[in-house]
Amino acid sequence: MERSIRVERLWSWRTFFLQWEWLLVLIFIAVNIVNSTLSSYYFTADTFLQTPMTFLDMAFLVLPMTMVIILGNIDISVGSTVALSAVIMAVAYNAGLPMVLAVVLCLLVASACGFINGILMTRFKELSSVIVTLATMIIYRGIAYVILQDQAAGKFPKWYSALGWGSVGKVPIILIVFAICAVVFGLLLHKTSFGRKIYGMGSNLTASRYSGVRTDSIIMIVSVLTGLMAGFTALFLTSRMGSTRPNVAQGYELSVIAMVVLGGVSTSGGKGRIGGPLLAIFIIGFLNYGLGLVNVQAQVLLIIVGLLLILSVLVLNVRFRGRYQRSVPSAAKKVAAQEHPNESTP
Amino acid sequence: MADRILELSHITKTFPGVKALNDVHFDLMHGEIHAIIGENGAGKSTLIKVITGVYQPDAGQIFLDGVPVEIHSTADSQKLGIAAIYQHVTCYPDLSVTENIFIGHEKIRPLTRKIDWKDLHQRAAELLAQLDADFDPRALMGNLSVAQQQIVEIAKALSTNARIIIMDEPTAPLTARESEDLYRTTEGLRDKGVSIIFISHRMEDMYRLATRVTVFRDANYVGTWNLNEVRREDLIMAMVGREITQFFPKRKVTIGEEIFKVEGFSRTGYFKDVSFSVRKGEILAMTGLIGAGRTEVCEAIYGVTHPDKGRVLLEGKELHIANPAQAIELGIGYLPEDRLRQGLVLEWELSKNVTLPTLKQFGTLGWLHPQKENAVTKELAEKLEVRAGSVFDLAATLSGGNQQKIIVAKLLAGTMKVIILDEPTKGVDVGAKTAIFNIMNDLAEMGYGIIMVSSEMPEVLGMSDRIVVMRDGRVAAIMDTARSTQEQILRAAMPETVHA
Amino acid sequence: MRRSASFTESFRELGLLVFIVVLCAIFQLRNHNFVTLGNIRDLLTNTGILSIMSVGMMMVILTRGIDLSVGAVVAVAGMVSALTVQYFRGISPVVSILEAVAVGTAAGILNGLLVARFNVLPIIATLGTMNIIRGVTYVISGGAWVSSYQMSDGFKRIATGGVLGVSNPIIIAVVINVLFFYFINHMRTGRQIYAVGSNPEAADISGIPRRRIVLLVYTLMGALSGLGGVIWVAKFASAQSDTATGFELSVIAATVLGGVSIAGGSGKVSGLILGTILLGILNNALPLINVSPFWQQAIQGIVILAAVLTNVMVKRNNQRFALRRRAI
Repeated sequence: MERSIRVERLWSWRTFFLQWEWLLVLIFIAVNIVNSTLSSYYFTADTFLQTPMTFLDMAFLVLPMTMVIILGNIDISVGSTVALSAVIMAVAYNAGLPMVLAVVLCLLVASACGFINGILMTRFKELSSVIVTLATMIIYRGIAYVILQDQAAGKFPKWYSALGWGSVGKVPIILIVFAICAVVFGLLLHKTSFGRKIYGMGSNLTASRYSGVRTDSIIMIVSVLTGLMAGFTALFLTSRMGSTRPNVAQGYELSVIAMVVLGGVSTSGGKGRIGGPLLAIFIIGFLNYGLGLVNVQAQVLLIIVGLLLILSVLVLNVRFRGRYQRSVPSAAKKVAAQEHPNESTP
Repeated sequence: MADRILELSHITKTFPGVKALNDVHFDLMHGEIHAIIGENGAGKSTLIKVITGVYQPDAGQIFLDGVPVEIHSTADSQKLGIAAIYQHVTCYPDLSVTENIFIGHEKIRPLTRKIDWKDLHQRAAELLAQLDADFDPRALMGNLSVAQQQIVEIAKALSTNARIIIMDEPTAPLTARESEDLYRTTEGLRDKGVSIIFISHRMEDMYRLATRVTVFRDANYVGTWNLNEVRREDLIMAMVGREITQFFPKRKVTIGEEIFKVEGFSRTGYFKDVSFSVRKGEILAMTGLIGAGRTEVCEAIYGVTHPDKGRVLLEGKELHIANPAQAIELGIGYLPEDRLRQGLVLEWELSKNVTLPTLKQFGTLGWLHPQKENAVTKELAEKLEVRAGSVFDLAATLSGGNQQKIIVAKLLAGTMKVIILDEPTKGVDVGAKTAIFNIMNDLAEMGYGIIMVSSEMPEVLGMSDRIVVMRDGRVAAIMDTARSTQEQILRAAMPETVHA
Repeated sequence: MRRSASFTESFRELGLLVFIVVLCAIFQLRNHNFVTLGNIRDLLTNTGILSIMSVGMMMVILTRGIDLSVGAVVAVAGMVSALTVQYFRGISPVVSILEAVAVGTAAGILNGLLVARFNVLPIIATLGTMNIIRGVTYVISGGAWVSSYQMSDGFKRIATGGVLGVSNPIIIAVVINVLFFYFINHMRTGRQIYAVGSNPEAADISGIPRRRIVLLVYTLMGALSGLGGVIWVAKFASAQSDTATGFELSVIAATVLGGVSIAGGSGKVSGLILGTILLGILNNALPLINVSPFWQQAIQGIVILAAVLTNVMVKRNNQRFALRRRAI
């Protein structure tokens, strides 16, 4: 046949700039402009290197959560995983375990929490990720309360606080570690077959399964990764706080999910890129910083984050309503499809 | 009363690319049970949907009691006294029988807005009694057997004072005894003056209940006969009798030794004792009526579901397939029946779709090489003559035939030994059909073993070397295509007697 | 045998009842003050708020939804009514109640619109509103508490007062449950709530106003949370911005424990009441047998998980049975 099929991508300035991420860049710039009016000497390297230290601990969770939401699932147990792994680490250290091992233990516990989530979701497919992670959210934090009650645990070695407070030169350690993780997750999501399968499952789980994607394995891996990153969050958060209690990281799930959704990742699954949530982290982080400059309380930030979450979902719902939304077929067609699921239309 | 209660005249209904009903005629007399028969895709269900208002005809008229009517929706048809009962019951499994019957139009006491349960249960019980049902209207719908749920559907129809009841394959999910009960119920309805249209593949149903039978074939009305004046063979002839005008490009292929075998394959509730084999270069057709279990067998082979008993052997070695990924790795490919839901990720571009099952060969240790993906996709798409501008076109933008070709491309991207095609030409236009047949021939020549599930008789006879006919979850017959006729196949596929 | 599913349901309720009795027996053995009039009265009063709100949660879950914002609504409604009393001492407690219900209703409408009209997933919508509403509570309170001496006696008597020795919260809870029972079992709209959850597509085809029903259940949930809020604040004689933090999880636990299926469409009021009482006992009575209150959350989580998993296993069993019956 004479007609040849093109393999080069068509590219246009218009489609390039019409992407969600540019909107986020604009918002980020706007936030910083507003911040600069509230504080002199805002645009210095120090501001942009030091400020992230205050919010990057949560950022580790945004990376796997992006995968979770692209898959079409959700995970509200992340805050509790952070709390439980931090508490166990602190208690173990105070009971005599060497700090290095305690750190490893923290990561192991967190990964185990993720693993349990994964097992529940893959063995009991009748249960949605909502109810599974709701239950584990309560259980994990509950265990933390049983262990530590209303006490604090800390008294960590000096080098440990360097994790969250220290820098290599001018660049904070936490920023370096996060950057590495972000690159790893970005590559995983966009350049590997693993990432491709995640997108496939989010767009069409059935077709992916029929096409040979091991859906259970993917969910397990993503769940464990989520746990592991919660472990990282626990490490850096505890390091910065100097101690830990069972009620740490409360409300993290809201902020993390908000960052992912603000980043353009639709809750219906199969869409979104890592860049958006990364930008959203910094938007919300610097927004928080700005609010702090005018002594606005943390609770107000909650309102803003909640609003951002809902507004982003609303906008994304409309935006993706195009041809590819799982549109609700007319009632008649549904009846037809139900009555004769094996017949062709006529 | 022998006058016509319902008449459809010169009805035509076309869908994009397919004519579903071609200037057809149908009439129903008062108080008769009228059977409609025809192969899959003959137009029976489209006719029903026109009568119930799901579809509006492009041409023609509908008369009710001699008066022309327009039926724009299911609500309209309900108001006109038409009700339909389908094979798959749509119900509220967590609600009681009474509620399922009366939902939406319960009787309420005007003052307190309270539902008059006593009255409703009583009326439900009355309706059930009319149908000789012995279960409590307070029972939960989800607890009932399929047969009982059907009775409830009929009760629902009666509760809306339906004068015409259409039953679409009602005995398909029923056992012998349950079918017997349904017969009695249906006769009881007729005795009360309800006119009934009955679609069924079971000859026994038809001969038992109906006075007249209408045959549809390929969207055309063939004829109406009084059942006591026509022979079974004539009816079958009417259903299938066509010249095979479609050219089936079947080539002579040297068939090798057995490559794939299924033994004693069973899955409770779906199929039992299924055994057959496929040889290299052979095209084995799997045919049968809807619900015979063909797709279920294929999905169990492919690893989507798991059998309770039985073995699968590839090249003599027994396989244990836990999921489709393993099946693909072992060399079994599957073209699913539901192209849009199971075969493609519509939001994705072609290259991503084509490479999904075989991502391993398009990357090193997981790192993908999109250029290789695009190149291979281009090559396969051009070989299969897919009409698309670029490999980045979204799968949703392709026509049905081209979508099917892309799914075939998916299978070709890997190294398969056995390919299962489930209704490969369903919803595909003639040009694309021929192309797909050519592809099947090429695959056969290359030594693949091919299993083709198909409901289209010409296709089965034109393309296959052997035929497995399934009926009610079991293998009814395995025939050599060269020595088979359409009538033989159909007779094997249809339950002659409702088995015990 | 065919009645296995409904048999399981009654079995479940029987099981809950037995469990309650056994628990009470154990508690009584450990602490002889358990089954005393005073203690029972305390227990029921504390459980009253839980019961009022689990009624709303049942409706939400019936429609396959969930509402995480109820704790926050309790806080905001309680805070608003408390602040009003603080500044308008003479105000009648009835007005306070109406005020709180109004605030709660507004929040419920917000949730309902997001879910029903804008198709936002219930978990996301209520996660967002939960935090927005808590933030709002903080802002309107200025970070300050309303404490006991700033509340009028009449206000506090909403929770402490009673009739014939039965405290108000118990009376209100009983009334709400009775009304709910009537509504969900004997009124058309109530039954339609079940239909929407049992088979949303069929509901659409049957002409049931699905969106309106979903909006209704979230609105009612909000109203009930508002009512719960004013009682809470009156009972503890304190209104803070972190009032009732985490209470939504208790409400969900009580509902799920009561046999309301998280998949929607099924659940009985009798089960709900038993589940609420059981959770109330677990929450309130544990300290009496020297179980640390810090176990409370873990127990709640395990309860939810166990209840939900049990449902799954039962359903699988039923399905297996139905397949065997097919006699292929």
